[in-house]
Amino acid sequence: MCLAIPGKIVNFAEDGRLATVEVVGVRRKVDLGLLQEDMPKLNDWVLIHVGFAMSKISEADALEQMRTLALLGESEQAMQEVRGYGLEEE
Amino acid sequence: MKFVDEFRDSDLIKKTAEEIRRLAGTTRHYRFMEVCGGHTHAIYRFGLKDILPENIELIHGPGCPVCVLPMGRIDDGLALAADDHVIFAAFGDMMRVPGTHGSPLEYKARGTDVRIVYSPSDALKLARINPDRHIMFFAIGFETTAPSTALTIMRARAEGIHNFSVFCNHVTIIPAIRAILDSPDMRLDAFIGPGHVSTVIGCRPYEWIAKDERKPIVVSGFEPLDILQAIVMILRQMRAGEAKVENQYKRVVPWEGNRAALRAMGEIFQLRPYFEWRGLGFISQSALRIRDLYAEWDAEQRFQVPGVRVTDPKAAQCGEVLKGVLKPVQCKLFGKECTPEHPLGALMVSSEGSCAAYFNYEHRKAMATSLSRSA
Repeated sequence: MCLAIPGKIVNFAEDGRLATVEVVGVRRKVDLGLLQEDMPKLNDWVLIHVGFAMSKISEADALEQMRTLALLGESEQAMQEVRGYGLEEE
Repeated sequence: MKFVDEFRDSDLIKKTAEEIRRLAGTTRHYRFMEVCGGHTHAIYRFGLKDILPENIELIHGPGCPVCVLPMGRIDDGLALAADDHVIFAAFGDMMRVPGTHGSPLEYKARGTDVRIVYSPSDALKLARINPDRHIMFFAIGFETTAPSTALTIMRARAEGIHNFSVFCNHVTIIPAIRAILDSPDMRLDAFIGPGHVSTVIGCRPYEWIAKDERKPIVVSGFEPLDILQAIVMILRQMRAGEAKVENQYKRVVPWEGNRAALRAMGEIFQLRPYFEWRGLGFISQSALRIRDLYAEWDAEQRFQVPGVRVTDPKAAQCGEVLKGVLKPVQCKLFGKECTPEHPLGALMVSSEGSCAAYFNYEHRKAMATSLSRSA
């Protein structure tokens, strides 16, 4: 729940409220509602908490965050969370 | 320092550790509290205690939302789920947390409809695809997750989804820090500020800690180097006789926080007059409730909640450990009656709780060493 998962924006949904992000090859929709004041662009990286993009980060910091999750032994948990977004429909 | 060599920037980590040693000297003892459970987990996992000089003691703070949730709240939430019409949805972290009559997972095994969701928006999705059921989302977390719950309630209203409600257990970090600082047996020198909570609230809400309490606070990231750098920043302030709010985690945390997230929280939530924290007791204005305007999506306003209160076992010394008066291992129950498999006290409940983190890394390490010696 407290994991911050880095994802790359690869697609925007039509209404601009959701975007598809890619996290280590897994694609899921996340909510952009909390970044309204600083909307990300295509290929930008964001940190995701519980299915909501919470902040924009640089690519270098995104990769570093992935490494941190691995060091913390939490990458599998993070991927499980990402795969779970959207109730595993997609 | 074997573990250090595996990290990126291991040279920089060693240099930073040397700088900490130089700044800390040997003449006095330092007590720093890391507020966030994520930091507690990282500190144990990375073995940072072995890197730090002995006169720097890290006290593990209240920032683990699962740990500080009173058992009565779990009982209340599960009581509402007894109705066949209701689906109880919660994050995976909640599933093994014991209530008086078992954890959500055990309720599920006994036939309650309990679902794991990874996002509050997926709980709302459950409501969309199960129009004949009521989905109750058991919400927990600090300011990191509260905005997402808020936005989900706003979406439910906008879409006219009425078979959805939130059992709100969101708490706020600042009053907990204040309660710890107000405690008479507390002696802290400085704080390592939470990383992801600060993404939302920014750094300003900590200013009173520096100004009024004269204690440095440095918001920190989660890598080994981040935490060590935050400690250097704290020590430099103390050496200069200063107390400031500083931001070590600038790459993620904006000074002003996330205004869209704060607005969503303000729209949906208001402060409760008081709320109970496991290990700390009742703290005024320390938790969020859903505003009357959104009562329809508030499980507590919509349903009759039993209002269960469960006191922690008297022998458990969670409060003393939380305030840093005792180390986890000094609690009478630690590792005996109270273990991560059978948690009695709050801090043993989640891997981010200080007792569980201590048990998983330090205690098991010590046990393994003594076993290999006796073999």
